[in-house]
Amino acid sequence: MATLSFKDFKSDQEVRWCPGCGDHAVLGALQRALPKVSQALNYEKERYVVVSGIGCSSRLPYYMDTYGFHSIHGRATAISTGIKVANPQLTVWQACGDGDALAIGGNHFIHAIRRNIDINIILFNNQIYGLTKGQYSPTSKFGAITKTSPYGTVEHPFNPGSLVLGAKGTFFARSLDVELKLNEEIMTAAALHDGTSVMEMLTNCVIFNDGAHRDISAPETRADRTIVLRHGEKMIFGKDHNKGLMLDGLGLKVVTIGENGITEDDILTHDAHCHDAGIHMMLANMKFPDFPVALGVIRDVKDVTYDDGVRDQVKEVMLKSKIHCVDDLLHSGSTWEVE
Amino acid sequence: MEHKVIDTDDVVIRFAGDSGDGMQLTGSLFANTSAVFGNGLSTFPDFPAEIRAPKGTVSGVSGFQVHIGDHHVNTPGDFCDLLVAMNPAALKANAQWCKRSAMIIVDSDAFDESGMKKAGFVTDNPFEELHVEDRVLVVAPITSMTEESLSGSGLDFKSIHKCKNMFTLGMACFIYDRPLDYITSYIEGKFSKKHPEMIEPNVKVLKDGFNYAANLQMIPNTYHIEPAHPKKGTYRNITGNQAVAWGLLAASEKSGLPLFCGSYPITPATAILEELAIHKSLGAKTLQAEDEIAGVCTAIGAAYAGDLAVTTTSGPGLSLKTEALGLAVMAELPLVVVDVQRAGPSTGIPTKTEQTDLNQALYGRNGECPIPVIAAHSPANCFDAAFQAAKIALEHMTPVLLLSEGFLGNGSEPWLIPSMKDYPSINPPFATALPEDGKFKPFERDPETLVRRWAIPGQKGFEHRVGGLEKNHNGVLSSDPANHALMVAEREAKVQKIASFIPSLEVDGPESGKLLVVGWGGTYGHILSAVDEARKAGMEVSRAHFDYIYPVPANTGKVLSSFEKILVCELNSGQFANYLRGLYPGVEIVKCTKVQGQPFLVSEIVDAIKEAL
Repeated sequence: MATLSFKDFKSDQEVRWCPGCGDHAVLGALQRALPKVSQALNYEKERYVVVSGIGCSSRLPYYMDTYGFHSIHGRATAISTGIKVANPQLTVWQACGDGDALAIGGNHFIHAIRRNIDINIILFNNQIYGLTKGQYSPTSKFGAITKTSPYGTVEHPFNPGSLVLGAKGTFFARSLDVELKLNEEIMTAAALHDGTSVMEMLTNCVIFNDGAHRDISAPETRADRTIVLRHGEKMIFGKDHNKGLMLDGLGLKVVTIGENGITEDDILTHDAHCHDAGIHMMLANMKFPDFPVALGVIRDVKDVTYDDGVRDQVKEVMLKSKIHCVDDLLHSGSTWEVE
Repeated sequence: MEHKVIDTDDVVIRFAGDSGDGMQLTGSLFANTSAVFGNGLSTFPDFPAEIRAPKGTVSGVSGFQVHIGDHHVNTPGDFCDLLVAMNPAALKANAQWCKRSAMIIVDSDAFDESGMKKAGFVTDNPFEELHVEDRVLVVAPITSMTEESLSGSGLDFKSIHKCKNMFTLGMACFIYDRPLDYITSYIEGKFSKKHPEMIEPNVKVLKDGFNYAANLQMIPNTYHIEPAHPKKGTYRNITGNQAVAWGLLAASEKSGLPLFCGSYPITPATAILEELAIHKSLGAKTLQAEDEIAGVCTAIGAAYAGDLAVTTTSGPGLSLKTEALGLAVMAELPLVVVDVQRAGPSTGIPTKTEQTDLNQALYGRNGECPIPVIAAHSPANCFDAAFQAAKIALEHMTPVLLLSEGFLGNGSEPWLIPSMKDYPSINPPFATALPEDGKFKPFERDPETLVRRWAIPGQKGFEHRVGGLEKNHNGVLSSDPANHALMVAEREAKVQKIASFIPSLEVDGPESGKLLVVGWGGTYGHILSAVDEARKAGMEVSRAHFDYIYPVPANTGKVLSSFEKILVCELNSGQFANYLRGLYPGVEIVKCTKVQGQPFLVSEIVDAIKEAL
């Protein structure tokens, strides 16, 4: 099999996102991750299908030189589900936004996760409706001032991570648009995961919500305000690599290594494969300024997938049944002869 | 009293009771027994939306009407010859459907003070109160005789009461000279695995009911209905919903594409999803979706991935699927959408039948959004209609709306089992070769049919994008005015061209004259019977039935313009009549409509014919 490169996944369509939009970087990471995934899993390019809903990020399929389906608002997850059940050989990637997946498409989102269908969902979270020009979304911060909330919102946002874990998700990762290397790493891990993989990408909308993630994304403070989690590694972060996370009663606390007798051994080790989602939930819920925001693969556990279940059940019934063709079916059960 | 056996050509029997009394099963077993005996038959289950409405009330009455004859039977019958009423409420709800000569059997044990009160009787003579005191009344203590019959069985009270329906079924079998062997073998089959202890009691009560009727002096006559001597071959009973499911499986086999059904449970369409869920042995994949929208969207995804994709629903569900249907039109993907219509609008009367979704099927989408619409006309015809819907969808790369009705979906009729070798092949327009420039152009069309080619993900070199945005032939996004106009016109013309692939409209009777009676969908049998009756009464009238609604058969204009007047009979306020008026403004069209959640009575159509002539 020919080795695939970044260029093989670039379509001839002009990318029409605003200059400076965070979506460019996520697209680039995907185009760089897929050749690696193809290499690792021996996948041909024609095996990929990229699905999207409606919104800025949902233009992504046009920029990928793969099979693609730009569907309707909120329904990408249902379309992806149908594609994967129809042909489990296909590798389905999905691009959707916070309004698309969590407002109008919220029902499909949680049910795909509950079923654990093997699709890879990139959730572009810029906390705003961009394509309709600046209304608040289900992830906009409480009090956010937008065109439809000129006096500030009076509703609480969703945290996509806790939504995924609450729906029994088997894979959740989070990253910033600017973390190119980490994003390639996360996307590769998502591709290797069997089941619904949700990757929350905190993206910046330069026009309608510029700086929404600046608290944690600014280069000078990012190391102190985020923590990159990797399975089997200590939960250590900070510019000086001296801060860490420990259990504190039923919760987490941030500690400094070297202070109060704390050593590296006292710091928690990340276990993304742990079935109990308790710690994963705490990690996904960490918020600045009390905690660093967790990036990287927070949860990655094995479980049965829906598409395998459907396929196996069909095979099993086929083996046992006496009905092998429609003529058999038509004559099954009660029939009678007229002479 | 001397007992007489009278030969008769057809009878209508209506079983009615509380929704927990097992009347649907009783009616089905009587129907199946008659089918096996060789009678022509048609059934009409008429049940409430509530699973168990308050016991003994009129709103909780469940009925099952069966019409059997020594000839082909077109309808479940307008009025019944025998009404079995298990309680006062069942009598009250159904007395109006009794012929003047009808026999009424009631369970006298249920006609106590409390039962009478619950049913809302104000006197102590329910028959007089309902003006049916002159019918043949058989007042039998069915509950206490069932209790007596099973007193030594060791069964508890509840289980004993569940056998009451077998007592009435036994009585009906005696009156209409039915053998009991089909029913006993059904009982054995049903209970043999899980509740073998229930076989003997049910069979015993069935026979006791039969013998009771035989010994009872109150039943003066019994009736014999000769077999209908239908065409030779193997027969089975089939409901419309089952036939839809099987027709889709047949199309899956003929096209070589696996069947995918994404659906959400909704009355009265659910049985199609349930039926397909059974038949995984034929490769059918069913997905019970989180909502109606997911039902259609998973199906659209499956269509894109190369399956024969289906979603099944009823009116309110079709409303929810609307936006996604536009996507399927725009992406030009094959999809079968089955709408088993029920009384609307909104939740309406979910278990009652209607033909009120025609406008929704034809027009209910944003933009210029043509979708072929076809309709099934009888329970067994649902098989062919579903097969045709799938064939058109797959060969013309379009969603197709198949209209069924609660009346067809739940109704059943005997069916001469066809052979799959007599069905045509289905040949989707798969993309097989790339053009010289090596780039697959997803919306390039066959010049003859205007159908695009279908490239399936996984096919090397055919990577392309589809979606809801307007595109040009190359599949590139385009908001160019001229391109939009062209694509709108081509999508419409593609659907219109289907008219050359469907059968012509057939006229039953003279091909020109004063009056053509027209119908579509499940009114078929009633119109057929009404036209027969009108002819017997000396009226000259022709008949045509539309299975294909959009596009209409190519000869429609010619047929309609050959008559002075067209009488369109339908179970709505005149949607098809208005549609035909739009297509053929010069034709005189009059309406015969009914919107009561009930099928036509044959007599209603006969009256409309008289008035139109």
